[in-house]
Amino acid sequence: MKITKTIMLTTLVGVFSSVSVTQSLASGHGGHGASQTQSSKVQADIDAFQDYFKKRFADLELDDFSKGPYAMSEDKMLQFEAAMDMPPFEDHLDKGEKLWKTPFKNGKTYSSCFSGPDEGIRTQFPKWNAAKAKVDTLEQAIVDCRVKNGEKKIGTGKGKLAWMSAYLTTLAEGQTINVIVPEGDAKALAAYEDGKKFFYAKRGQLNLSCANCHIDNAGMRIRGDTLSPALGHITHFPVWRGKWARKKGDGFGTIQRRYGGCNKQVRASPFTRHKSEYDNLEFFHTVMSNGMKISGTEYRQ
Amino acid sequence: MERRLFLKSAIAASSVATAVGAGLLTPSTVFAASAKFKDLSGVAVSNAAGASEGSFKFKAPKIAENGAVVPMEVNASKIDNVSNVSLLVANNATQLAASFNLSGALGFVSTRIKMGKTSKVHALVTAGGATTRVTKEVKVTIGGCGG
Amino acid sequence: MAKIKLKPKARKGVISIKALVKHPMETGLRKKKGKVVPANHIDHLTISHNGNKIVDADIGSSVSKDPYFKFKVPGAKGDTIELKYKDNLGKTGTKTAKSK
Repeated sequence: MKITKTIMLTTLVGVFSSVSVTQSLASGHGGHGASQTQSSKVQADIDAFQDYFKKRFADLELDDFSKGPYAMSEDKMLQFEAAMDMPPFEDHLDKGEKLWKTPFKNGKTYSSCFSGPDEGIRTQFPKWNAAKAKVDTLEQAIVDCRVKNGEKKIGTGKGKLAWMSAYLTTLAEGQTINVIVPEGDAKALAAYEDGKKFFYAKRGQLNLSCANCHIDNAGMRIRGDTLSPALGHITHFPVWRGKWARKKGDGFGTIQRRYGGCNKQVRASPFTRHKSEYDNLEFFHTVMSNGMKISGTEYRQ
Repeated sequence: MERRLFLKSAIAASSVATAVGAGLLTPSTVFAASAKFKDLSGVAVSNAAGASEGSFKFKAPKIAENGAVVPMEVNASKIDNVSNVSLLVANNATQLAASFNLSGALGFVSTRIKMGKTSKVHALVTAGGATTRVTKEVKVTIGGCGG
Repeated sequence: MAKIKLKPKARKGVISIKALVKHPMETGLRKKKGKVVPANHIDHLTISHNGNKIVDADIGSSVSKDPYFKFKVPGAKGDTIELKYKDNLGKTGTKTAKSK
């Protein structure tokens, strides 16, 4: 009996380890149980993705990748450390904390919309919402929390939402990213595959994919800048970017704000934030950094 | 199942441009300065010209990420009685960026300066009446994707 | 929000003084919508340690916006550090902090 089931699942899911098959049998399909198992197909992708970067940058430890282009060049690291000596974003992090802790008109606080302590919120996202068959992101969850409590929506790329999300990210510094694409959940896998496809697809007038720059040419120069590796991107978002701080900006931006910017830079039309395109991309993008630690909000050029 | 991770799609994005940048501050690289400061700058420039090679540490990036915020660090803490640390940017019209007179403080100064274009930067340390210099070249470039 | 951030920290007999002053540091040569933005920058800055002036700096307009400075002075936890600045328009600012 057992052997037959193992063979069947091996054919269906392409699993080579009988151990994980047994585990997924136990937790059931649909993926909304207390203990979710990572889709073995996704795990294989994660392993291949991370192995590529480990081989390419053999002297870096896994968590070094969260420093992105700064890990690739001593000269750049000097500038990163100089900026982080007295981070330009401390005031806004404090504002984010204050906003997060201020109750709504109805007396409830943001924390009430989330499970567990505040420090544990960041790493709960992005997550597969099986009931709604979509990816939930932190920024969208914060907006939903407001609406649920009778408050108005706020912009999702920058400003107050970015400060609050940055506060939560900094609070979660040191925690491990572990996004699960539940084994056996076909819709979750489809969303993940959609994000993966987006990442590897060429787009825009410059006809470049995310992978072209952030995998193929990670660590290489693009005119005066150095391309960051895709591994570790998500560990420090929302980020404080010098470019976003010029003129009137305060420098803060969420990951989906950056997706829009990056798409514009290859001369492709950006997508609306928090719809399936960027949500699925964020899903794939975050999964690829599973095992890395959140490094908190950081400075970038 | 093909793994597109290993697809070697070559792109032309790896060229390095360290050309003299067009300057990140409009309209020019000239900075306004008071008469007193211009005098100070003139003195500093002559001091730099006559200075011998310094033994202190001067940290500055080879390629500035952002010409508006270029970190500079002069560490002459091992030298006794440092009375002045100055920073000069050769290609700024008023070369002197800042002059720090020290009395009791260690010969250590760290700050961030604006550079209009690629230039030599001179760090001057005066101790016991003698001025020594360490010079570095800092390139200011056109950004690629983030800039 | 604090206009001046002053963070002195003592370690092994030396106080590292980190300071950030919010200031536009306008050079006086920038144009915005055809009009010159007038020069508006810090031109003088001092640091005192327990009442003794240890840094007396002439600052030019090519120091970055929201200037950051770091100095070091022999000292201990509890010592008083004071920062004073003046800009070319005559405005001044001051901040005192005890070293941690």
